[in-house]
Amino acid sequence: MKFKINLRTVILVLLASFALSACATQKKAGMEGDVYTGSETVKYLASGVPDRVFFATNKSSLTTKSRDTLRKQATYLRKNKNLNITIEGHADERGTREYNLALGERRANAAKDYLMTYGVSGNRISVISYGKEKPVNTASTPLAWSQNRRSVTVKVN
Amino acid sequence: MYKLIFITLILFFNTTFANSLIKVDITRGNLDPLPIAVSPLHVDPKSENQENVKVKELGDKISKIIENNFRSTGLFNPLAKDAFVQKPDIAHLKPRFEDWRLIKAQALVTGKIIVKDEKLKVEFRLWDLTASKEMIALAFTTTPSNWRRVAHIISDKIYQRLTGEDGYFDTRIIYVAESGPKDRRTKKLAIMDQDGANTKYLTLGNELVLTPRFNPANQLVTYLSYFRNLPRVYLLDIETGVQEVVGNFPGMTFAPRFSPDGKKIIMSFAKDGNSDIYTMDLESRVVERITDHSSIDTSPSYSPDGKYIAFNSDRSGLQQIYVMKSDGTNVKRVTFGNGLYGTPVWSPRGDLIAFTKVRKGRFYIGVMRVDGTGERLLTENFYQEAPSWSPNGRVLVFYRETKSGAKGEGFSAKLWSIDITGYNERKIKTETDASDPSWSSLLSK
Repeated sequence: MKFKINLRTVILVLLASFALSACATQKKAGMEGDVYTGSETVKYLASGVPDRVFFATNKSSLTTKSRDTLRKQATYLRKNKNLNITIEGHADERGTREYNLALGERRANAAKDYLMTYGVSGNRISVISYGKEKPVNTASTPLAWSQNRRSVTVKVN
Repeated sequence: MYKLIFITLILFFNTTFANSLIKVDITRGNLDPLPIAVSPLHVDPKSENQENVKVKELGDKISKIIENNFRSTGLFNPLAKDAFVQKPDIAHLKPRFEDWRLIKAQALVTGKIIVKDEKLKVEFRLWDLTASKEMIALAFTTTPSNWRRVAHIISDKIYQRLTGEDGYFDTRIIYVAESGPKDRRTKKLAIMDQDGANTKYLTLGNELVLTPRFNPANQLVTYLSYFRNLPRVYLLDIETGVQEVVGNFPGMTFAPRFSPDGKKIIMSFAKDGNSDIYTMDLESRVVERITDHSSIDTSPSYSPDGKYIAFNSDRSGLQQIYVMKSDGTNVKRVTFGNGLYGTPVWSPRGDLIAFTKVRKGRFYIGVMRVDGTGERLLTENFYQEAPSWSPNGRVLVFYRETKSGAKGEGFSAKLWSIDITGYNERKIKTETDASDPSWSSLLSK
């Protein structure tokens, strides 16, 4: 009897966790949570080296995929020692202008810090925030906003 | 630009300030605007038509501006002139009150205009038709090119007499004029009269400019410019056109505003992913750090007595509004409602803070007491932010952006105003798309 109750509990827990994970992995096209994971707007610094990483709403933390992208950038930059870069930080159009300027700066620096921990000298990196001023996708949709919450590494020489 | 306007009190009639005189209550939404008749200005026969100035036309324009100003407040209802019962010259001397009452007017404005020896003189009187009394009589002398300001000053005097509070018509709004597609906007600083007339562009649009704000003394503007792709706070003298960068910061400075005495600029400085609030004294150039926190601290705004600063910070995890003493001590969070709060702006009367609230994907402009209580949301929309106060603290101007389609089509940014009662929401006409408005204080005071 006791065993039966336990079993029922276990099944309930299993069902619940299955339902939860189903929610968590539910994907809008090219998005995980609200972080863009597609490649529609992405350009490349070199073959296989994407130029940008994407962020969640109001956040500047790097996802696993972003860190992977930035490690590729770091490897490329270590090989091309004369190359300097600017990291542009951007926000979507759904925040107040001034907060978005600060947020863009924080995102660009999150990317800069990660590149530095992988051996790229801070002297080679400048950052600039554009806040919500330069959307890459001009639609007013959750997908467009996710593509606009980004930091982009740009070669300056 | 600021030509002298001479104001003289007319003493032909004794202005009596009896208790029975009409008064417009502006503390509540006014659903029953006061019917007011603005009689055409009587042209003094001694007037001389000059090459480009037809005196009659000028008089008609002045009276039209006065009417438009009254209508824009939502507090007054200017009556149609074709129902007017008395000739302007006779009405100006002494109206037949009972005739004006017949057309349901409660207040009457009469006036006389004369242009002579390159001088414009406008005389006006305000009459209380219920009490059959003159309420105010003034005359203005200036150069003819200043006629618009005369119309605004007259409007202010009448507004003040009828509401008991300062007017806001002889003011200007500085804003960012926008054009071009959404991902390649051209932005210029622009300035116009409060009613949308006299637009002038102050920058050429070669670099991105954002968030201009007036100095309380009106000569100077502080704003953010991306000149040479270095986002920095600048100072601009509107009269001379001279621009200079504020301070020597090794990184982005943004979100500037003047202190109430105009002597300091308060702004955010972003470095290594962290934005804090700083001030710079414009005379001594001394820079002071006001906040020191690992979160984003931005959008600072002084209380009118200069003793406190409101700002927004995400130190709680999400963007909220805080108030601190102006030296940075005693930081207190004041917003606790559901949603994000940003862009706090202290009312010039000191009693309220206006803000932007974001909740469930909708944007609100609201006001609250300075301790965060008594929140009132005035307007809801897809996107709107950046309220700026009229100098009398009765009206807010802000900008609103529309939702755009799949290719950015249908996007627009416009200036809007709303009374702090939540009534009388209006779009302000601008030549181009517009954002980031900042309202000046009264030019003539």
